[in-house]
Amino acid sequence: MIEPSTGPRSVRSLVTVYTPESPLRQPRKFARELISDLWGSRELAWRLFVRDLRAQYRASLLGYVWVFLPPLVAGLPFVYLNSAGVISVGDTPIPYAAYAMVGAIIWQTFVDALNSPLRSVNAARAMLTRINFPREAILLSGLMQVGFTFVVRLALVIGVFAAFALKPAATSPLFVVGMISIALTGFMIGLVLTPLGVLYGDVQHSLPIASTFLMLITPVLYPVPSSGLGAMVASLNPLTPLITTTRDWLTTGAAVQHIAFLVVSGVTVTLLILAWVLYRLALPHLVARLGN
Amino acid sequence: MRMSSDVLVRVERVSKKFCRTLKRSLWYGLKDTAADIFGRRPSDQLRTEEFWAVDNVSLELARGECLGLIGRNGAGKTTLLKMLNGLIKPDTGRIELAGRVGALISLGAGFNPILTGRENIYVNGSVLGLTKKEIDSKFSEIVEFAEVGDFIDMPVQSYSAGMHVRLGFAVATAIKPDVLLLDEVLAVGDVAFRAKCYERLAHIRDSAAFVLVSHDTDQIARVCSKVLVLERGTALYLGDVGEGIRAYQELARQHMSMAPHEHTAAGTVASIASCDDTIVDGGTLNVSLSVTTNEGVEVADVRVVLWGDDGLAALDAYTRTQGSSFDLQPGCNVLTLVVGPLRLKRGSYAISIAVLDRTNNRHLYWGDRIRTVDVDGATAGAVSYTPPLVCTSISSGNDPVPPSTLASSACE
Repeated sequence: MIEPSTGPRSVRSLVTVYTPESPLRQPRKFARELISDLWGSRELAWRLFVRDLRAQYRASLLGYVWVFLPPLVAGLPFVYLNSAGVISVGDTPIPYAAYAMVGAIIWQTFVDALNSPLRSVNAARAMLTRINFPREAILLSGLMQVGFTFVVRLALVIGVFAAFALKPAATSPLFVVGMISIALTGFMIGLVLTPLGVLYGDVQHSLPIASTFLMLITPVLYPVPSSGLGAMVASLNPLTPLITTTRDWLTTGAAVQHIAFLVVSGVTVTLLILAWVLYRLALPHLVARLGN
Repeated sequence: MRMSSDVLVRVERVSKKFCRTLKRSLWYGLKDTAADIFGRRPSDQLRTEEFWAVDNVSLELARGECLGLIGRNGAGKTTLLKMLNGLIKPDTGRIELAGRVGALISLGAGFNPILTGRENIYVNGSVLGLTKKEIDSKFSEIVEFAEVGDFIDMPVQSYSAGMHVRLGFAVATAIKPDVLLLDEVLAVGDVAFRAKCYERLAHIRDSAAFVLVSHDTDQIARVCSKVLVLERGTALYLGDVGEGIRAYQELARQHMSMAPHEHTAAGTVASIASCDDTIVDGGTLNVSLSVTTNEGVEVADVRVVLWGDDGLAALDAYTRTQGSSFDLQPGCNVLTLVVGPLRLKRGSYAISIAVLDRTNNRHLYWGDRIRTVDVDGATAGAVSYTPPLVCTSISSGNDPVPPSTLASSACE
């Protein structure tokens, strides 16, 4: 008399089997499990997202200020250095201050997404070692947080546009598509690093250093260099088409790297699925090593 | 489907390796993940610094059964439970579970201290697999069971430890599982709440199979229908509760410090003159004690405590609580003690004896576990005291009841 249960786990609630075999030995069953768990984790993900959001702002004096600070801290020094003549970034299609701020806001979303999976998993250690729930929920809730933070930061973008009396380009709805691609790319890289990062603290230590370095070699706060080493690095950097195309869609509508954008986005989605499989394969082993 | 309808848990030759050093353990974690990626079977050989945390354990559990999992710290109880819950993968063997699995490996694992009890009920419920609708419908029941009252809209960090536990248990048992895994969670909370937990467990007992991890053999004896004793990962005993608990206590006794300890007050010399080393079932324990004091004691008491295999007191006999006393004259006194008749379960018991001066509550003599005595009593039972039990059956009807309905028919 198994009563029809309706929880997220109900999809495979009839008989559950655990064996030492790699789930990849039964790829179809594994794929079905992944998809049903992803689907079944929506409600929990939402709840965890709301929980974290409430807790975060309830225990904070400055609240949303923390959302606006990172891009300001990243962008404003460049605006200052450029206006003071210490550095010269060359011509930008819109005033440099607006250009840099939009770039910094886009970049910060990438960084948020990059840090999200490892941060979520580390924060959920106690739950992961004690409760069997759809493991996708904590990832999804992290993504929701990245999205929420971005939406709040849009206020900053609007402020910048107002301050410089700029009008968004006709292609600006595509800006959202660009942001999704950027967020997923950051998230994918973060997710690939997560299994290693859960076991070894080195990953968490190196992420802020790596992201600062990445920002400086990516045309975030400066336009794509037209010649020299900078041009070569920018052309090899897969983040270049994502950042520049997304920014151009919002500001000028003169985006030129559509193909490269699509290729990088396609690769991102493919790798994201592989990273997800890796995450699921690794988790039971990670939980075993984390102990209580 | 391989499983018959009423077997809900089937564990076949399951093992799990753990590593002694952290650094190597983390490295093995990476290697195991890599093996999974390439679809390789994990090796069933131990690598450097590894040991079997769970070693070749098999068991079956049907609906309505409750398995008590006992063993010393580090015997592999929680590891086995975590494998049953799918948190970690077995290294060998196979685990099959039918139906919805609920687990209380830790209460309130999803609680956020800053959020209110109300908010946390929804979060914790979702983590355990309940939908919002299900939580809505069970909300008032959960709050009532947890007895948190007005605290429900206060942050959980302001809750007492007991309230925390009550709320966690209330949410976790609301899921109406087919298989319920409980890890030492009933050890916390006050007596009244524990009684309530047992009541709730009894309520869902017929519809589920339980696995209960506990160090409390009384609890195991009260709740479980069979017992698995784990020792260093291997199944030492699987079966009857009384026998299992005995095996566990025997194990515990081997590792318990039973060093005798003797102390006499200044101006007093005392020693055991004679003491029984065996008692037959229903017999008495006879001890004679010589006490030499410089000054006389008008009102003196003697107290005898017998300690069981489990380290718990099996009996406590004290002249003061029994309304008697004796006096000690200056010089040598010989005390003859008779304790009994005794109905104790079979086993070896340690004896502690104290002689006290009632006027100032001072120990004149105190001998802790100074002798042991073997009791030739009944074997069964988790508790030491086994009085005779007589049952008489009186039939009221003239018609003989068919044997098949005996168990279920109640007298009109």
